[in-house]
Order: sequence, then structure tokens, then C-alpha cells
Amino acid sequence: MAPTTLQTVWFLLIGVLLAGYSVLDGFDLGVGLFFPFLAKSEEDKQVLFRAIGPFWDGNEVWLLAGGGALFAAFPLAYATVFSGFYLALMIMLVSLIFRAVSLEFRGHDPKRSGFWERAFFIGSFLPAILFGLALGNILQGIPLNSDGEFTGNFFTLLRPFPLAVGLLGLSTFLLHGTAYALLKTEGGLKARAKRLAGRLWWMEAGLFLLGLFMSFLYLPWAKNKILAWPAAAIFLLSLAGLKAALAWNKDRPAFLMTSLSWLSLWGLAGAVLYPALIRGSDPVLSLTAANASSSPLTLRVMLIIALVGLPIVIASTAFLYKVFKGRVNPEKEGY
Amino acid sequence: MDAVLLARLQFGFTAGFHFLFPPTTLGLTLIILILETLYLKSKLEPYKTLSSFLVKILGLVFVMGAATGITLEFAFGNNWSNYARVVGDVFGAPLAAEGILAFFLESIFLGVLVFGRPKVSPGLYWLSCFLVFFGSHLSGLWIIMANSWMQTPDGFKMEGGRALLTNFFRAALNHSTLVRFGHTIAAGWITGSLAAAAMAAWLILKNRSPQAAKLLLRTALGVFIIVSLLQLGLGHLHSVQVAQTQPEKMAAYEALWQTRPAAPFTVFGIPDPKSQKIHLQLAVPGMLSFLIHFDTSASVKGLNEFPPRERPPVLLPFLSYHLMILMGLVFIGLALWGLPLWIKKKAHASRVYLKLLLLAVPLPYLANELGWIGAEVGRQPWAVYRVLRTAEAASPVVPAGQILFTLILFGVVYLLIGIVGFSAILKIIKKGPEPAEAGAPN
Repeated sequence: MAPTTLQTVWFLLIGVLLAGYSVLDGFDLGVGLFFPFLAKSEEDKQVLFRAIGPFWDGNEVWLLAGGGALFAAFPLAYATVFSGFYLALMIMLVSLIFRAVSLEFRGHDPKRSGFWERAFFIGSFLPAILFGLALGNILQGIPLNSDGEFTGNFFTLLRPFPLAVGLLGLSTFLLHGTAYALLKTEGGLKARAKRLAGRLWWMEAGLFLLGLFMSFLYLPWAKNKILAWPAAAIFLLSLAGLKAALAWNKDRPAFLMTSLSWLSLWGLAGAVLYPALIRGSDPVLSLTAANASSSPLTLRVMLIIALVGLPIVIASTAFLYKVFKGRVNPEKEGY
Repeated sequence: MDAVLLARLQFGFTAGFHFLFPPTTLGLTLIILILETLYLKSKLEPYKTLSSFLVKILGLVFVMGAATGITLEFAFGNNWSNYARVVGDVFGAPLAAEGILAFFLESIFLGVLVFGRPKVSPGLYWLSCFLVFFGSHLSGLWIIMANSWMQTPDGFKMEGGRALLTNFFRAALNHSTLVRFGHTIAAGWITGSLAAAAMAAWLILKNRSPQAAKLLLRTALGVFIIVSLLQLGLGHLHSVQVAQTQPEKMAAYEALWQTRPAAPFTVFGIPDPKSQKIHLQLAVPGMLSFLIHFDTSASVKGLNEFPPRERPPVLLPFLSYHLMILMGLVFIGLALWGLPLWIKKKAHASRVYLKLLLLAVPLPYLANELGWIGAEVGRQPWAVYRVLRTAEAASPVVPAGQILFTLILFGVVYLLIGIVGFSAILKIIKKGPEPAEAGAPN
């Protein structure tokens, strides 16, 4: 059974929301990952936290919207993956909760600022790796029964390919966050971010090649997905572009390149997966855009909601970034 | 322990904790919008100072609400996967719409509120306040739509074991949506306005920024008085709707087992489900019939009309419903006491009244939780009324031990968040509005 156009559109829209999450919340997640190593002083920390302060709240909504859209458009896939990956998702959830409050609490609870900083780091680290781990499992295929229920357990998830995807995700978050720091900081902090970006570039390239190599091993069928190839090529171009941008000290292009890395990775994942949303170890049992979706009416109603909502979201987001554009000035309050 | 019971406890705990924050947000955004409007018109600095003070508190409340809200959106897949499978076609849409149409708006413009005062013009700042106000109320509307559909489902058909949407508007604006929305928003306004009025009362009592505090008291108390009185009517309408559309829930609220004409309204009593009697009952004869049907002799359906396996429990709905009404009466009492003081602009001078406002702060929170407990426990044994039983909605693949583990995890984390968040808010209040300048906190 092939997906209808409407089902395919929703497959793409879920991808857009998750890619939006990676590009936007991705950079503040990345800042959470490297700030313990990059910030040498309280002032450095202040600059980094203020650089993400006005944005991260709105950025996280992309995840909420992505989860909600998956629920509404593909409830059967949502049910399987959220109950099947129970412990992994719960750990991610608690991490995200901690992460959300930690930045706010750090300022209000200076006696325990160290604790809240660690919470912010761990709250960024665990989701950054778990997203990729979950996605890697969905790509490789998970044991499903004929009711579409996951029949494995937490340890089923810890296979080589998903772990590699998890690491690639972690590395991409880090690199993207570093590129954001280049855009928002100056002086010694920026110089350190630059050095870090240079080293991370090699890690990112290495992990991508590892993932690619492992996909030939574990996902041999994936090479027949035509659209996966241009997506992988765009990713490699974005890496090359990043290298050039770093060499020529172009901060904005560097950030655009890491954003493009995210988009092409999601394109790659979508191309490998489609039409499946969750691939079964036995592919016949896969949950696909065709067999896991809501009714055509719900998909149509949701499409109207998305077409009304997303332009408003994009316009408001653009407004917010315009208001808080430029580098953070450590001397002044605010920006 | 039974996995379904644990899943219910987990949803109850996480939703109950989350529900401390959104009502506060609703009320605070209203007060902030009023203050900013007054500031825009009068250009009087104190309005701006006060608004910035409340924005700091809103920032914390909002983050805690948002963080604990994600848990609930995930819960329908984590712990309630069969729920998602059976009714996701209808129920998922309002949740997704809440994210796409409302929550984005709130979160994005909250960034402007908290950090953007020096960066945008007063007009744009006001607009941002309005959009946060509008977004949070729209957010509430979508969530209430989803919840109301569980109570009085409409606009769908059952096909192949799944509820499929047939009419979006009938599903979204079902029999209980609007009246529940009115009642819940009013509850939020009472919560936030009383909290703000009590902050002002504390500042006045401690003689800190008394001039600004007086303005805040006047604004917040005005809202509190009006909405507390309004809630009497809204609550009544909601109860009538429940009696009409979920009669067994109303019967549980009133511990009414036998269908009878001239049904009494119990003012006090201890219901005993075994003997189907109310001990130590103090009741107004015919009052329940009057409230529901506007006729003291009309007949009201009792629980025994319904098959035993479709009856809600009695004790918890009865207690929570009656205690909630008691809270409502306390608010009306406070409002009536405050009304002449407010008119004469003397509320700030009555130390007794100011102290009462302080003491009353927890009560709206209690009332919100009680009203919610009554509504959701009174819906049992159904997850979706007469469509899907709660016991059949749980995730088949999640073992009880993992639900218990995550329940404990949430318990510890939320306790920590609650304590730190609450003390951070107290700290902001203690600092008071005056020294604070607009802009980034700390």
C-alpha cells in the first residue's frame, strides 16, 4: 500500500518540524554541551547563557510541535515508539525538564549555581545522544509484532548502528552550537570556540563516514533509496563549506553550513525511511505513512492548521532573532 | 502494583503538578497586559516597574509550566499507547494545534517580555505582552478542547476499533468545551490576580515600594473581585452542563444513588458507598433539582440508574466538588468584603484585609486541583466517556516496574523543581519591584 499525497505531505511536515527543532534548539543544546569546557570565567558563562536566553524557550516548542504532529498525523507510530522506547524517552524527558529549569534557576539560586550548570550540561547531553539513538533504531528496524507493538527492551536499542547515529547526532549538536557561539561571542571565548569547531569538524566527518560505512553493513537495502544519495552529498558539501567558512573567518556562513548539515541529515534519514515511519526488523510489519496514519479528514484539518500556523511561527521567530541580533556584549545588561 | 493504576497515578501526579502553573500564567498575563495598557496610556513609570516585576515571576512560572507540560504530551504515547491508537485520530489534533498555533506564540514573545524591554519600542512591547496573553489563553482553549472531548465526545464515528473524526468543529466545540473554557479561564484569572494582589499586600504590609504596590493592589484586586463574582455564574453553568451530559458524574458529585424528585443539595455529609447513605447529612431540600432544572421538584438521576461497571467512584468526586464550591464561596466572600474598600480606594489601608489576601493565596490552587480531580475522577471508569475505558487505554508493553520507577523519578524531580522554583519566586517578591530595572534578570 503506497501512501497518499496527504500522508506523504505529513511525513514531510513531521520531518520539517524535527529538522526545525534540530536547527533551532540544536544550537542551544550544543551550547549546553560545550560551555563547561569553553567558559573560563563567570563572564564567559554569562555571555553564553545570554546568547541563548531569549530563544531556547521558543526553540523547544519545535519538539513539542513535532511530537504533537506525530500524535495527530500518525497516532499508531506515536503509540508504538513512545511506549516501546519507554525508558529512553523518559530519561530524555526528565533531562529536558531539568535543562529547561536549570538555566532559569541558576540565576535565582546562586548558592547552587554549580549544581544547575551540571544539570544543564547533563540535561543537554542525554537528549543530544538519545535523539540519534532512537532515530538509528527506527532506521535499522526494531522488533515489532503483528499489533505493531515493540517487542524488545531498553538494551535492544543499544546496537552498533544506532549508537553510531547517536554519536553523530551528539557531534552535530556540538558543532552547530559552536558555530552559534562564533556568531554571538567575541574575544578569547570566540577564539576558543573557533579552535573547538576546527577539532569537532574532524570528529563530525569521521562519525559521518563511520555511519555511512555501518549503514552498508547493517542497512544494505538503504543504498537503493535514490534520494538518500543527493542528501548525503549535500551533507558533505555542507561540511566542505564549513571548513572554508572557518578558514576564512566567516561566522554567519559557518552557522548556515551547520544548519544545512542538520537539514541534509534529516533529508537523508527521511529518504532512507520513507514510506516507513518505524521500520520493523521484519519489514512487512513496518509502520508506514500509509498504515499508521490518521483519517484523511484529520490530515486535512491538520494541514490547514499547519498552513495557518507555520507562517506565523516563522514570522515571529524571525522577528525575535531580529530583535536580539548581534553579539552579546559582556559589559552591558541584555545584549 | 497494577500497571494501569500506576499509569493513572503517574498521569494524575504529573498533570496535577503541571496544573499549578498554567492558571497562574493565565492570570499573570492578564494583569501584565492591563498594567502595560495603563502604562502605554498614562506613561506613568510605576506601571512599567510593576509589569517588569511580574514578568520576572511569569518567566519562572512559564518555564516550570512548559517543562512539566511536555511530560503530558508524551504521556499519551508512553503510558497510554492504546489511548493514542484508539482516539489519536481525534485527540491528537488539538494537542498538535496547541503547539503550532498557540504555544509558539507564547514562548517566542515571552523572550521579548523577559529580555527585550530595552530593545523594542513601547508599542511593540505592548504587542508582545498581548501576544503572550493571547497565546496562553489560546493554548488553554486547545487543551480544554482536548479534555472536553474526553468528557463529552462528539464529531466522530467508531470504525475498526478506532474513533475517526467526522466533524472537526463538533469534536472541538463539543457540549462541554466553551463552558469548561470559561470556568477554567476564570479560575486562572482568580489564581493569578489573587497571587498578584497578595504580593502587593505583602509589599504594603512591609512598607516596601508602597506607592507601586498600591497600584498593583488596585489593579489585581479589581480583577479578583470581578472574576470571583463572575465565577459563581460560570461554575453554575458548568455544573448544569455536567448534569445534562454526564449525569452519573453529577450523581457522584452529590452522592445521589437513588433517582428522586426534589433532590437535595448536600452542604455537609460523609457519603458511605456501601450503604449508599450520607452520614451526618446537612442538606437543602430540593436545591439540587432547582440548580439543575430550575425547578425544586424536578427529578435528578441517581447512580443506581447506571450499570455498576459504568459508575464513577463517589467519595473523591463528592469531596473535591464540595470543597471546590466552598473555595469559590470563600473567594466571593473576599470579593464582597473587598468591593467597598476597592470602590473607596481604601483596600491598601485595611491591614486585616491585606493579611487575609496573603492567607488566601493557596486556596485558588487548591480549588483548581479539586475541580480538576472532580472532573477527571468523575469521568471514570472511562478515559473517553462511553468510548474507551481507562483500563483499556494503557500501554500493553510497558511493565509496571518501569512505570513505578519513572513515577518515583518524577516525584523526586518535581519536588526539587517545586521547592527551588517556589523559593526563587519568593526571593523576587522579597526584592520587590523598585530596584529592578527592565531587561535581563541578573
